[in-house]
This record gives sequence, C-alpha cells and structure tokens, in this order.
Amino acid sequence: MSDIQLKNIDKAFGKVKVLHDVNMSVTDGEFVVFVGPSGCGKSTLLRVIAGLEQVTAGEIFIDDEQVNDVQPRERGIAMVFQSYALYPHMTVYKNMSFGLKLKRHNKQEIDQRVRKAAETLQLTDYLDRRPAELSGGQRQRVAIGRAIVRHPKVFLFDEPLSNLDAALRVQTRIEIAKLHKKLDATIVYVTHDQVEAMTLADKIVVLNDGRVEQVGAPLELYNSPANIFVAGFIGSPKMNFLKGTVSSIKGDTVEIRLPDDKIMSFEHDTPANEKDTATIGIRPEHLLLAEAGDGLLKAEVDVVERLGDVSYLYCALSDGTPIIASAPGTSLAKTGDTIRLTARTEKIHVFGPDGNAWK
Amino acid sequence: MPKTRQAISSMGIHAILFSYMVLALWPIFLTIINSFKTRKAIFRDPMGLPGLDTFSLKGFNKVLLRSDFELYFMNSITVTVATLVLVLLLGAMAAWALSEYKFKGNKWLGLYLAIGIMIPIRLGSVSLLQLIVNMNLANTLTALVLVYIAQSLPLAIFILSEFMQQIPNDLKEAARCDGVSEYTIFFKVILPLTRPAIATVGVFTLVPVWNDLWFPLILAPSNETQTITLGVQQFIGQYVTDWNAVLASLTLAIVPILIIYILLSRHLIRGITAGAVK
Repeated sequence: MSDIQLKNIDKAFGKVKVLHDVNMSVTDGEFVVFVGPSGCGKSTLLRVIAGLEQVTAGEIFIDDEQVNDVQPRERGIAMVFQSYALYPHMTVYKNMSFGLKLKRHNKQEIDQRVRKAAETLQLTDYLDRRPAELSGGQRQRVAIGRAIVRHPKVFLFDEPLSNLDAALRVQTRIEIAKLHKKLDATIVYVTHDQVEAMTLADKIVVLNDGRVEQVGAPLELYNSPANIFVAGFIGSPKMNFLKGTVSSIKGDTVEIRLPDDKIMSFEHDTPANEKDTATIGIRPEHLLLAEAGDGLLKAEVDVVERLGDVSYLYCALSDGTPIIASAPGTSLAKTGDTIRLTARTEKIHVFGPDGNAWK
Repeated sequence: MPKTRQAISSMGIHAILFSYMVLALWPIFLTIINSFKTRKAIFRDPMGLPGLDTFSLKGFNKVLLRSDFELYFMNSITVTVATLVLVLLLGAMAAWALSEYKFKGNKWLGLYLAIGIMIPIRLGSVSLLQLIVNMNLANTLTALVLVYIAQSLPLAIFILSEFMQQIPNDLKEAARCDGVSEYTIFFKVILPLTRPAIATVGVFTLVPVWNDLWFPLILAPSNETQTITLGVQQFIGQYVTDWNAVLASLTLAIVPILIIYILLSRHLIRGITAGAVK
C-alpha cells in the first residue's frame, strides 16, 4: 500500500501564494501526472509531497500517516530530477548504492538490487563510469535507477524528460510507462507537456495558477473539459474558441450568434438565458472543410503545417479570430486560400461567461 | 591573418607570464644555489652556480648538526598542519551553514566574518598577547595555532561559502530524498565537490602561517617552541650573519611547503561538478 492524500494544501513564498487549497489523492499503483503551464505550482506541489518544501497550511498523508513534519529521507519517497542531480564524483554503481549503503543494508543485497536495476535500465555496461562520461539519456536512466533500488513507496518525477532531445524523449517516455507496469509503482510525475501527460497518466491533475482546474483520466479531460483552461491546455493543436451570445433557446435546441452573424444551433442542456455570452470550443479535428458557399465559418489560411497523414491549417476568421482546422494529408489548401468550415456540433464544448463548461 | 594575430597575442601573454615567473622565482633560485656555496663564493659571485671549487655543504652541516633545527622544523610543521586541518574543517562547516541554511542573522554573520578579511589581525597583537598570557598559553604552540585559526578563518569561510553556493540545489535535494543525513551530505557529497576550493584555501592558509615571524616572536619565543622562521634568526647577528646557515635553513624550509603545495595543486584546477547536472 502506498497512497498519498493532500488536504487543503496552501503554500506561500513570503507574500506570494503559489498553491491555493489543493485537494487530491493518489491511490496505490496509480500513475498521476501534474500538468500545467510553467509557474503553475506543479513542481512546488511535488516538492511538498517530497518534503523539500513545507506547506503553509494543510495536511499531507502518505499511507494514512500525516507526514507534514517528516523529513524527506523518512517519507519513503524517491525523486528523479529534471537535471538528473547525480553525484558527479561517484561511479554509476556508487550513485545507485549510496543511499542503500547509508541505510546499512547488507552488501550482497545492495549489489543484487543495483545489478537488477541496472539490467532493467540497460546500464550494466556503464556501472563503473562516472556521470560525466555518460550521455543525457543514460544519466537520466541512472537517476531513475537510483530511485528504483530504494524500493520507495512513491516515485516522484520532476520533468524528467525536459533535458532530452525529441527522439530520446519519446523512447524514455515509453520506458517509463513500461517501468510503471513492471514495478507496479505509485508514481507522481510533473510535466508541462500535455502529450507526456496524456500518454503516461492514469490520472491527470491540471494545475493553473496554484489551483487544481480538473482531475481525471486523460480521455475524460479531452472529452469533457471542466473549463476553458483545461479545454485549451489538453489537446494538440489547441482547441479553437469562438465568442458569441445565446440568441434563442427552444427546448433542447440552443442557438448561438457568432461574430459575423452566423448562427450555430445545436442540442444542449443549458444553464444559460438568452443574450448571455458563451464561448464555443471546437477542436481542430472536429472542424470539417466544407464545399464552397456552404459551411458555417469563412476563414483565410495563414499557414499550413503538413505532417503527412494530416495537415493543420492555421487560419483567421474575418474578424481576426485565429482558428486551427485539421484537414486530411491530401488537402490542397495553401496560404492565402479562403476556406469554409463546418463544425461537428455533437463534439463542441460550450463555456459560460465564468469560463466553466455547460454541463 | 587572425591566426597570426592570435599567435602573437598568445606569445605576448606567455612572455609576460614568463617574466613574472622569473621575477618570482629568482630570490628562491638565489637562496638555493647560494646555500650550496662557500661563504667566500657567496660574496664573490652571488649569481654564480656552485662549481667544483665553490661547492660546500657547510651551511647544511651547521643547521642540521649543530642547532635545534629539527625541533624548529617539527614545531613549524605541527603548527601549520594543525592550523590547516582545523581551518579547513571549521571553515568548510561554517561556510556550509552560511550558504545552505537560512537562519536569522545569516547575512550579518557572513558580513561580520568578512570584516575579518579586511582588518589585519596584527593590529590586535597587544590584546592578543594579553589574552594568551591570561590563558597561560604563552610559549605554547597551542597559542600560535589558535591565533592562526582566527587569522585564516574569515577568508576560508568567504571563499568556501561562495563556492558552496554554486553547488546545484538539486544535488543536495536528491541526496535528501535519497535518505542521506545532513552530516553525510556535508562529508560525502559537499566536501568532495568543493575539493578545488578547499585546496585553494589550503594554499592561502598554509603560506602565511609557515612564513610568519611575528606571532612566534611575541607569543612563543622560547627555545622549545620556536618555529623555523624564528629559529633562522639565530644565524642573523647584529654584526655577523652566518649566511651559509641562513640560506641552508631557508632552503630546507621550502621543502615541506613545496610538497604540500604539489599535493594540493593537483586539485586546484579540476572542474567541480562536471556531470552532476545536465
């Protein structure tokens, strides 16, 4: 058993409040990812769990034991840092065995654990090298190895892939996912990259400005974001937002007037009244290219990104609102073209004036 | 074209450094060559190398066989080594405390210690002497060690704390998460990483202590506690100076400090945290 509970966590550095009333839990064996833009407090929250930062208010429980005043080394956690933080004067073997030696495990067991971790991480050939003689990816694996050998209750990862190049990042990401399955470990992972979050997590915690915006499984966040922030943050390219006003409500059918006087109608339960403002969110993949003269939105193409299987059209509406549409890779649209788009109304999201989604 | 310019400027730099080296080493060179010459030869041709007819070990003979040279030598070594070890240990610990732990008055304490660099300790000679006499430590090596520690600590703490601040935070925090206690972090992670700075401080501490004449003269001038610099003075008289003996003992005095310097200098240039982060 190794679960974590955070209750009403507040954290301030001097007068600057960086975490506001954070509540969340991590259950045994779960892979939880904290994601958010830089400065949102996600690393601070991780450091709070690690015990490297003291909370201003609130309680932290690991395994139902309150650990607010417990030193990091007694919390049963292992942390992997973005900068690897290996001991430069020790070999890989010593880096991994250092913590164990100090806990006076017997030599054989230490050796066994280190060799097993090295095997898992394909580091066996490098055990006698120093960190300076390793590549970035290898160093990161040593840092992970140093965490594994300790058999911690919880693994904490602080943006572990940010210093790796793109190809290595994808590869290491898959290795971390495998490792999670293999060790059945409880992992808390911090990243600013929503792709990492979507691919690794059992549960994602979206943070913004020190507040938890939404907690949920990756697809839950993708399919039903709780507010504009989550909607804009999860998914790549970003969701498009169109501002409008509610023009009529007839039963379940809602009509919304968009900037250039187009009316979009769809079925939705609505908490809103007529003339309320509303923001429509449409993901690029839910916008379709329409025949000339047809379609809801008229846009001019600024940039085309061709990825092969799909092309992203970065366009602007007549009032200047940027909008991104995805088109099949075979699309011939080019910069300067005027295109018409229709939206798959069953896939749109609507947000009220407070930014929260209509339920 | 830029290549030749580079070569010229590099040659210029080397020429300047080389002439400085000659300037710095010249007195030492003169001391050493003259210590192997007869008295007559020293005065007749001070710059000449010892030849077959001018070679003499008279000075060394006198210093080693007919004086308490070994005692002075041991006194100097005891004082210097004790000072060095204590300054490095206490200095490193204080520097670590100042740079790592934020407590009230941290800045002021650092500033207070830095003032020690600016005020020469010799200004306090009179009160130091009184203090040492009151503590019944006059004519002991302990008195010298204590004064030298006080003299060397400020600079040691200053250099080491600057250096320790550069050790990446992640490294200490990784160690903390790794189950390492604060003491072990200091001794097993921080000290090995600050080795170049410690070597530097070691050299800075070593040289003035070894060469000091002032404090041995006023605090511990008795025959049993004389250090080598004081011991040499017995060969320098008001009317007659035994140059052979003076030069021979100075030559001998260079040896231990040279050995320690060579040992320390291996660490001076090494990069500190290569491979630690990124």
